[in-house]
Amino acid sequence: MTTSPHLAFRHTPGPLHGTLLAGTVPLFLGGLLSDIAYYNSYQIQWSNFAAWLIAGGLLFCGLAVLFALGNLVRARHKAGRPVAYLLLLVVTWVLGLVNAFEHAKDAWAVMPSGLILSVVVTVLACIATWVGMSNLRSEGEA
Amino acid sequence: MKQTHALTALSMALLLSACGGEADSVQAHGADPKMPEAQRGLLPSMKIAEPVAWGDQKPTVPDGFKVSAIATDLKVPRQTLVLPNGDILVAEGKGGSAAKLKPKDVIASYIKAQGNTKVKGGNRLTLLRDADGDGVYEMNTVFAENLNAPYGLAFANGKVYVANQDALVSFDYTDGQTKAASAPTKVTDLPSEINHHWTKSLAASPDGRFLYVGIGSNSNVTERGMEVEIDRAQIWQIDATTGAHRPYATGTRNPTALKIQPGTEQLWAVANERDELGPDLVPDYLTSIREGAFYGWPYSYWGQNVDTRAQPQNPEKVASAVKPDYSLGSHVAALGLDFSLPAMGDKYASGVFVGEHGSWNRDNPVGYKVVFVPFTNGKPSGDAVDFATGFRGQDGKTRGRPVGVTVDPRGALIVADDLAGIIWRVTRTQ
Repeated sequence: MTTSPHLAFRHTPGPLHGTLLAGTVPLFLGGLLSDIAYYNSYQIQWSNFAAWLIAGGLLFCGLAVLFALGNLVRARHKAGRPVAYLLLLVVTWVLGLVNAFEHAKDAWAVMPSGLILSVVVTVLACIATWVGMSNLRSEGEA
Repeated sequence: MKQTHALTALSMALLLSACGGEADSVQAHGADPKMPEAQRGLLPSMKIAEPVAWGDQKPTVPDGFKVSAIATDLKVPRQTLVLPNGDILVAEGKGGSAAKLKPKDVIASYIKAQGNTKVKGGNRLTLLRDADGDGVYEMNTVFAENLNAPYGLAFANGKVYVANQDALVSFDYTDGQTKAASAPTKVTDLPSEINHHWTKSLAASPDGRFLYVGIGSNSNVTERGMEVEIDRAQIWQIDATTGAHRPYATGTRNPTALKIQPGTEQLWAVANERDELGPDLVPDYLTSIREGAFYGWPYSYWGQNVDTRAQPQNPEKVASAVKPDYSLGSHVAALGLDFSLPAMGDKYASGVFVGEHGSWNRDNPVGYKVVFVPFTNGKPSGDAVDFATGFRGQDGKTRGRPVGVTVDPRGALIVADDLAGIIWRVTRTQ
């Protein structure tokens, strides 16, 4: 069964959805870079930056999850790319939350688990955003 | 089959809860506590006191003793001082100005605030007097006000010394005085930036030449950076005349009470150790303070147990760390200390009383009581025994939290309760 373009268009990320989705990448990436700086310098302020950036990433990612969920509910075919996109985003958020708890530990207790999780979450955020955004081009559902 | 499962589940639950209950008695106490493995789950345990009013209830004291409230509605009473004429001074205040640096600080400080009083600190000294010796302190008057979170108190050289959160000050005192004659004189400034642990404990040497001030660390374990730990987690020896100071001992994370041992003139302290290494780490301790000694914080605890959270590490400091004398148990939050006297009765004649404010980060709460640690030949000997309990009731509600404990030479223990704003006085009935 093929999807007609005029049905597909409303399932692609809207401007707000797109903004939230795209925002997760620099926030989680900023957290990762701050973690790397802390890892190399022992300067605690980098760890504080990382904790706040991850919290911001969780906020943006969480809202994007709600949009993705809404799109999936309205999608005619609840399978394939829209589901993959939602699952990716949910996994990103859940691991991001775990990472936020890791970053709530004191001083070096954040390391190395916080740094490793930051890498994983940042990569996941990039993939999720890629998948979500690529629907703009491919006219698929997302 | 299903019923068996249900029963098994129930008995397991009972077993588990029983284990939880026993954990306190097996917590490492005494001179040679075993350090369990450090542990920290994804979320730290937080079990906050649920404050309720005392109502008709009172703390529970041993047979042969009675307890009465000699002052109520105080504004966060912390430490007390018995003056030569028997009057009692109470330091009231609440300090600290630590910024919230992480999302965690915002959340944790909100949760912790639920277990403390909502009363604003009085920033004053209140004087209590029982002129006729009937145990009722009929006079309750402000001795001095506009102080900055006063905590430690000491009497020496005919002066009342007060350790504010930012400075050591003194008031001239004549016997029977009920109000300070003038504004306090500053002896010296104390480290006050951030003041994560703001309480400045205080003791005077018997000859009045030196004052000892306990200064807490500016973090749990360096999570505010090492730069802010300069002059922190130390006990200062201050020249009473010049105000000049030197570190007398270092590495004491939060030395919350200091006392000179009668007879030996040895300085003793209780100190609160670090959090987030599990329910049974790290023991708060009672110790004689050895001049020049390093007590571990932040690099290690109880001797050479390395804390990897403090980076970069410092193996030389770890190697030099000394073990404290006596474990009071982890997270009990010891805040009060005083040496007993024969006037307290035979059983409690030799030893120290310790006020335990109570835990906030342990599933099975500990502390919330005053304990007595018996001494033999000037050293702790044997297990601590409960002296005043019932601050945290069987119903899980918290009515009070002990802070300062002071032995009145007339044969009484004065206990400051900062949650209820009450000063309790425990006396012998026989």
